[in-house]
Amino acid sequence: MKQLIKLFWKKLSSPSRAAAGLILGMGFTGGILFWGAFNTGMEATNTEAFCSACHAPIVAEVRETIHYSNRSGVRAICSDCHVPHPWTDKIVRKVQASKELVAYAMGTINTTEKFRERRGYLANREWQRMKENDSQECRNCHNFDYMDFSEQGRRSVVQHSTALASGEKTCVDCHKGISHRLPDMHGVEGW
Amino acid sequence: MQKLIAVLLMTGVIAVAQGQDTSDQADAVEAGSTSNGGQASLRGLTQLDVTKKADSFKRIPKDRSPYVSDYVYQPPLIPHRIRGYEISTNANKCLSCHSFRNARDAGATKISVTHYGTREGQVLSDVSPRRYFCLQCHVTQSDTALLIENDFKRVDSLR
Repeated sequence: MKQLIKLFWKKLSSPSRAAAGLILGMGFTGGILFWGAFNTGMEATNTEAFCSACHAPIVAEVRETIHYSNRSGVRAICSDCHVPHPWTDKIVRKVQASKELVAYAMGTINTTEKFRERRGYLANREWQRMKENDSQECRNCHNFDYMDFSEQGRRSVVQHSTALASGEKTCVDCHKGISHRLPDMHGVEGW
Repeated sequence: MQKLIAVLLMTGVIAVAQGQDTSDQADAVEAGSTSNGGQASLRGLTQLDVTKKADSFKRIPKDRSPYVSDYVYQPPLIPHRIRGYEISTNANKCLSCHSFRNARDAGATKISVTHYGTREGQVLSDVSPRRYFCLQCHVTQSDTALLIENDFKRVDSLR
């Protein structure tokens, strides 16, 4: 046994007979393969099908809203709004979401009734998240600087040119439930 | 075998005759002995047993001044788009601007005090359930052609 360890250590400490180029090449290909697989795996958890495995009632609700069906054929799916786009933020969110696997195993929202019961909690958590990051996921597409107030309705102009422009409010403060039905809104600010 | 063929032939003849019968009836209905008595209604001259093709949706202006009422006590029209506005047991999007509490901040028209009363005239502390479903009376406004030509005139006080 001692002999074996000694041999192994010798192998590690002595220069390899394989060319440096080959070692580098192997590392390089390995890196590409790993990164590709990692990314593909992460993309797979961003699909509508994956989300609806647990959140089926919500995914169905999106279908009649403007972010799903509209005149110009642009579409935002779950991950466009619920998963941050910058890489670091995305990883952080994905790691947080691993907690949801426990909820899945325990069947926290595996029936429509349980889901309805928990809807307020889930919605509040998401509103809070978007409030904290200044509605980053809205702003990935809707850039305030690019807004043309002359194309907006009067009600929109009033709010956007004051509360939003000054940073006093963020998108999600007013635009709640734009892609889902709402939970019980009693006690929510502005309702 | 011959018997069988004869029977098959007979049923065939009867089936064809019956088929002609029903198509004759359909023709007769179309020709004028109509089941709607020849009266045009909001559905047009459609037969009662026929489902008319749905009209295309009216284009709703995004945000306009409200149209003038046509008669006294008309529920005011909604002068803006309301796509996706939820009215359910959980939330009422209309009231988030038009309720007594929110109307002033939102710069919106306040709902009238009649919405707080029961049928018997008793005043409640919040919007009465019978007045909760806004779209039962209020609809979005849109400048469209008359469904049926008519000579309706507003009363003097609204002209």
